[in-house]
Amino acid sequence: MNPDPDRAQALIRRGWRITLVSLLAVATVMVLALRFTPTEIRQGLAQKIFYIHAPSAWCAFLAVGLTGMASILYLWLGDQHFDRFAAASAEVGTVFCAVVLTTGPIWGKPIWGAWWTWDARLSLTLFLFFLLLGYHVLRSAIRVPTERARLSAVVGIMAMVLVPFIHLSVYLFRGLHPTPIVLKPSAPSLDPEMLRTLLFSFAAFTLLYVGLVTLTYGIRLAQDAGERSHA
Amino acid sequence: MLEPLRLALAIAAKDLRAEMRSRTSFLSAAMFAALLLVVFNFARDPTAVATIDLAPGILWVTVAFAAVVAMNRGFAVERENHAFDGLLLAPVSREVLFLGKYLANLTFVLLVETIALPLFVLFFNVDLSHALPGLLVTLLLATAGLVSVGTLFSAIVVRTRFAELMLPVLLLPFMVPPLVFAVQVTMRLLTNRALSEVAGGLRLLVLYDVAFITVSLLLFSAVVDE
Amino acid sequence: MPSADRPALEAVGLERAYGSVRAISGVDLTLGAGEVLMVLGPNGAGKTTLLRVLAGLLRPSAGEVRIAGQLLRASEPESRRPIGFLSHHSLLYDDLTLLENLTFAARLYGLAQPEQKAREALAAFGLAARLRDQPRDLSRGLEQRAAIARALIHDPAVLLLDEPFTGLDTNSAELLRTLLRERCLGGRAVVLVTHHPSEAWDLATRVGVLRAGQWALRENRAASLEQFVTRYQELARA
Repeated sequence: MNPDPDRAQALIRRGWRITLVSLLAVATVMVLALRFTPTEIRQGLAQKIFYIHAPSAWCAFLAVGLTGMASILYLWLGDQHFDRFAAASAEVGTVFCAVVLTTGPIWGKPIWGAWWTWDARLSLTLFLFFLLLGYHVLRSAIRVPTERARLSAVVGIMAMVLVPFIHLSVYLFRGLHPTPIVLKPSAPSLDPEMLRTLLFSFAAFTLLYVGLVTLTYGIRLAQDAGERSHA
Repeated sequence: MLEPLRLALAIAAKDLRAEMRSRTSFLSAAMFAALLLVVFNFARDPTAVATIDLAPGILWVTVAFAAVVAMNRGFAVERENHAFDGLLLAPVSREVLFLGKYLANLTFVLLVETIALPLFVLFFNVDLSHALPGLLVTLLLATAGLVSVGTLFSAIVVRTRFAELMLPVLLLPFMVPPLVFAVQVTMRLLTNRALSEVAGGLRLLVLYDVAFITVSLLLFSAVVDE
Repeated sequence: MPSADRPALEAVGLERAYGSVRAISGVDLTLGAGEVLMVLGPNGAGKTTLLRVLAGLLRPSAGEVRIAGQLLRASEPESRRPIGFLSHHSLLYDDLTLLENLTFAARLYGLAQPEQKAREALAAFGLAARLRDQPRDLSRGLEQRAAIARALIHDPAVLLLDEPFTGLDTNSAELLRTLLRERCLGGRAVVLVTHHPSEAWDLATRVGVLRAGQWALRENRAASLEQFVTRYQELARA
């Protein structure tokens, strides 16, 4: 199937639209978080960054998971679209990891007194970051498109299988991370307004993921179409 | 049923025979392990931190890095004279090929560990009298998992330009879980804790091994079949 | 099941793409036992790709290869058994002796008494005295004989040769030609990729010219080399 430049442009436009809408949503979340949501007693104002931090971490995981799934589909069906999606998802995932890795310390410094702490969730995200970087480094080292797609698909699947193990190993160390308050077996114990803001934030960030992946996918499709017309 | 296993053993034997002839990889890996242990010794202040706290970490970091050095050779040897084509042409399944390479790498890394472990005991004055059987089991389990991922990845990176750099870059995140589990177990073994406390970590190691030996085996043909 | 009344080697609609570039497309082939097809073509025409697809070293993007009616498939190891492959790389391990190399090859092909077979194969190609030498100790000509011994150890029905004359001086090339004619080609279906028609003219029974991944010419080998060379050069220029 040949990359279609028109479809690429359409995807890029749609990607921009979704991204802009989601950024608006994220901005709304910020406002909600800062002005209209009660401040947590123990952690104070700095806790508000949680509304960006947690959803970004979720998106990083989503990205790795979807890259892994797309990799499986690529190896099974051989369709280049899956490879392109896997690469786009990995790229966006790296961005979300970077967000977590910068917001984490910003949050941590006023509360824990250190820029970096080896707490569970930060460490997990750091490893995801390295995994995704490794994926990108491998892709950049292979020139032949079919070989690049095939080999990075293998790494993508391995990365997806690794994530639960990193989860296990990181939580073996008792971390400084606030224990989960939402995903507890009993009902979420967050203040209902905080919960609402948090859920809204998750939705906004997921939408941002969708927008960025659509955009990135469209750009890659356009690149492939451009290369083809020069070939 | 037995024939695939025999073929895998023949492939592993071929690898080991070739390695014994030149011995370069084995010597490099063993020397590397020894050097790391020496450096670790000079890099710490024995009055500040008790040896027993650092020792498990030092042992396992040494094992991990020496394993990476050792596994680099795995597919590099197949590049001379395009020998790997010979393996791909043969009426041998890709899974058997993987198994053969895996067994060779496993033997090889375990051999390097038999050099690293006594040195570790020597340099860090560790008392292994009660811990030895448990430690050997842990070494075997952790190595089994590491080598499966390493074998698959060395088949991938052998086609890239900076294979020796690429392998650690891809491999190290995958080494963290078995290292963490192994360090936990080793720590408990060295402080003579009850077997029940060790069982959890060992179970996790077994889980990792099962998961990654299976997945690496299944994905191998995607790597080598163009 | 391999069948006696199917051609020894046949290929239908072979295509191999790398991304958007098609190295070969729409390539057909039918070859019987005892036939020797010489494949020519300019650089980049797809000759090596074709050979590697026929050997099962590359998966075709489309089309299929059958050996005596049996479909060649990466997931089906037994389908590779009838194939012998010789390239200008020896496929030998430099750290092992010739005997060890050939014994290993015999074991890979599941031959009974592999070491005995290895000795016989090496002796048949005049290498009995060099059993304990390593490939790096041999001259190019001897190394190639060892490579041929390895390629033929399991008596393949199909033999694929990828530019075997590359890097050989005139004498060695002549020796190789004799060796191939007398010991190697008989009764097998052979595809020989070469750079210049004169290299294997008297070995070939058929000739094919590949250009940009497709057949530009396919015919029985004519009597006159000179006339063919003229036509071939015109083809290459076009």
